[in-house]
Amino acid sequence: MFVPTRRPRSPQPVLRRLAPFATAGALLALPVLTGCTDNAQSSNDGPSADPRALSVAASDTACTVSGTTAPSGKLTFTVTNSGSKVNEFYLLAADGLRIVGEIENIGPGITRDLVLTAPAGGYFTACKPGMVGDGIRAPFAVAESGQDTTADGNDGELVAVANKNYAAYVRDQTDSLLTGTEEFVKAYKAGDDSAARALYPQVRLHWERIEPVAESFGDLDPKTDARQADLESGQRWTGWHRIEKDLWPARAKGYEALSTSARATYADDLLKNITTLHDRTRTISFTTDQIANGARGLLDEVAATKVTGEEEYWSRTDLYDFQANVDGARVAYEGLRPILQQRDAALDTQLDTRFTALQSLLDRQRSGDGFKLYDQVSKSDVKGLSDAVNALAEPLSKLTAAVS
Amino acid sequence: MPDQLRPDAPPVEEDAPAAEPSPRARGRFSRRRVLGATGAGVAGAAVGLAGGIGVAGAATVPTPTPSGPPVYPFYGEHQAGITTPAQDRLHFAAFDVTTSSRAELVSLLQDWTEAAARMTQGEGAGEYGPTSGPYDAPPDDTGEAIGLPASGLTITFGFGPSLFRESGRDRFGLAARQPAALRRLPLFPGDNLDESRSDGDLCIQACADDPQVAVHAIRNLARIAFGRAAMRWSQLGFGRTSSTSTAQVTARNLFGFKDGTMNLKAEDPAGVAGHVWVPDGADPKAAWLAGGSYLVTRRINMTIEIWDRQPLSEQERVIGRTKAEGAPLSGGGEYTQPDFAMMGSGQQPIVATDAHVRLAHPDNNGGVQLLRRGYNFVDGSTALGRLDAGLFFMAYVTDPRTHYIPLQTKLSRTDGLSEYLQHTGSALFAVPPGAKPGEHVGQALFA
Repeated sequence: MFVPTRRPRSPQPVLRRLAPFATAGALLALPVLTGCTDNAQSSNDGPSADPRALSVAASDTACTVSGTTAPSGKLTFTVTNSGSKVNEFYLLAADGLRIVGEIENIGPGITRDLVLTAPAGGYFTACKPGMVGDGIRAPFAVAESGQDTTADGNDGELVAVANKNYAAYVRDQTDSLLTGTEEFVKAYKAGDDSAARALYPQVRLHWERIEPVAESFGDLDPKTDARQADLESGQRWTGWHRIEKDLWPARAKGYEALSTSARATYADDLLKNITTLHDRTRTISFTTDQIANGARGLLDEVAATKVTGEEEYWSRTDLYDFQANVDGARVAYEGLRPILQQRDAALDTQLDTRFTALQSLLDRQRSGDGFKLYDQVSKSDVKGLSDAVNALAEPLSKLTAAVS
Repeated sequence: MPDQLRPDAPPVEEDAPAAEPSPRARGRFSRRRVLGATGAGVAGAAVGLAGGIGVAGAATVPTPTPSGPPVYPFYGEHQAGITTPAQDRLHFAAFDVTTSSRAELVSLLQDWTEAAARMTQGEGAGEYGPTSGPYDAPPDDTGEAIGLPASGLTITFGFGPSLFRESGRDRFGLAARQPAALRRLPLFPGDNLDESRSDGDLCIQACADDPQVAVHAIRNLARIAFGRAAMRWSQLGFGRTSSTSTAQVTARNLFGFKDGTMNLKAEDPAGVAGHVWVPDGADPKAAWLAGGSYLVTRRINMTIEIWDRQPLSEQERVIGRTKAEGAPLSGGGEYTQPDFAMMGSGQQPIVATDAHVRLAHPDNNGGVQLLRRGYNFVDGSTALGRLDAGLFFMAYVTDPRTHYIPLQTKLSRTDGLSEYLQHTGSALFAVPPGAKPGEHVGQALFA
């Protein structure tokens, strides 16, 4: 009598594009539960209180640290700005110049933590109300506890090398992207659809590897990489996916193919935007937190639209993009490894293991010199890939804090 | 329902320090601190009451205090969340272990234990909490429980048969310790099981009086597991259908009937000892399970719309009890024992031969009793506009071979209620005994 009705799979919601680079200097001051953190400064913590947890009362004129010494190891300074100006807090090396750790943009009334690893030695604490001047400084001493580790902020050369290498990688990928796009556009305009279809996922690899960089230029990404589902009403659809639909119209009901002149319009527009991207990346430079955030952003992309098969709706070539995002994240991570190995070797090992595990699952989906189409991947393999993405993305989300 | 068990009593200001501040508790987010350390006082009360009840699971006995919502100790002889008075809300999750490393499995159980011990006391999941820690790192707690009390949260862990052996393969060197009773449940007549809602290597039951607290627990534990275990399925439950303490009134299921009148209760120590806990020596291969239990979960869909069209006479006939009081049709009140021999008109038994109460009653099942801990669920509606709803059945038993499988086999075949039910999910887990501070849940299995 009862007809079993399984719950229908609801269509995946369209996720907004993620813009990881935007977080680098964002001024999103989240209010904290001050009633709660106020307890930190209360006097009833007793003798068992953690000597590595310090509080800093920062006003427009004073910078009062709860102690002047701490044992070496992982220190937490909980900085509360009681003044009316935006404040900053620094831990400086004994020379008073080198920044061991800093926390910026502490708005009035806001409490924020600075967590860092400090070896034994002399330091200065400094608040900088109004974000100007040398700050209100006081000497601070870290005593040898035997518990320590490697210094933070003591690897300036490694940082410079990592940043330089990543910029070179971005230039290299945009070079290949430009060359490939020229070839793709030529085939498409000439009506050589099979050549264009073969080139499409291969050329896009170079885009997807550095996607967060492309997205950081806010105007280029929507013109180049918008999916039909992303469009606002009235927005003109251009770029990769517009052409993708024209090359793979099978899933489009009643689709009318583009005319030769329309093809030329879309193709020239794509090439123009890719050329702009190429030009803009000639002199680009990066910081370690941007690189690390970019790596996380690439995995977020995989989780949001690649593993779900939403990115390449018409061509079903999602796994190429998947691989490219992983490539880009891996390059970013590899570049930061020398720093990470000094700062958090356990995280480094975990990331290495999980990148390898994800890659081995992806390798099982290879076909010819590319990948299976998304439709050809079994449900259980998709679940396995999704689990491996989660397994990698979770520790990868800790990379920025570890290297910056 | 007695007021003292409800979580809505206003918190009182006390300046007692937190009972067991974690090393990072200083200056860190603590939901308990938000409430002025009320929880600590309740936890103390729970310990104080422990000896008085005389149940083996003393650590999880009710903690009625007028001063605030309950906080149950995480550590104890038995895991909390079994004889603990059934909370109002459930989030249950089953996991597949994705690592092949025994050491990583152990580290997961350690991390889960630590996080569960924190969260049940109203703390954040990690050492920093949701709004502290490195500013460039994601917080180690997700934050939706900020400002909420512990809400009676209990977190209970279990191990599925596939953890020990999968397709004959000994995955983690545990096969020799697999309990004889821990096998995939058989397919019962009428089952329409969805693989993606069944089984699992590990399970977590999170119960609380606030749904957000239960969901927060599962979400954070799932996050901790990424790379070691992946969520296989999960189930929300919104209304308890069982009472596990005489202090609780009998709740109603979605058929509108009182459910679990005959349930085992914490105040019946002999019943709990005989029917819930695995005794010492029960299984020589699985000594680690002594003091633990087995958990049967069944996702049972109800054909709500069809049931609602049945006359009251039919509804009461099928259940064998009155809808108003829950009294057996043979008379008396809710707790009056049914008289199965009493004849009604037409020389038919007044409690029908296929009535649920008759078939499920301990007297007709060799005295077998279950500790039921199920929840109502509504997972939205189907494509046909019917409620996707029913009972997420959970029962803790000393041995599923004697305490569940025979009973369910009989019910599936003959229970008049089966006509309105369809079992869509099924799982069996071994629930290890409680952990002591410093141990992880299930430590004896790996010793």
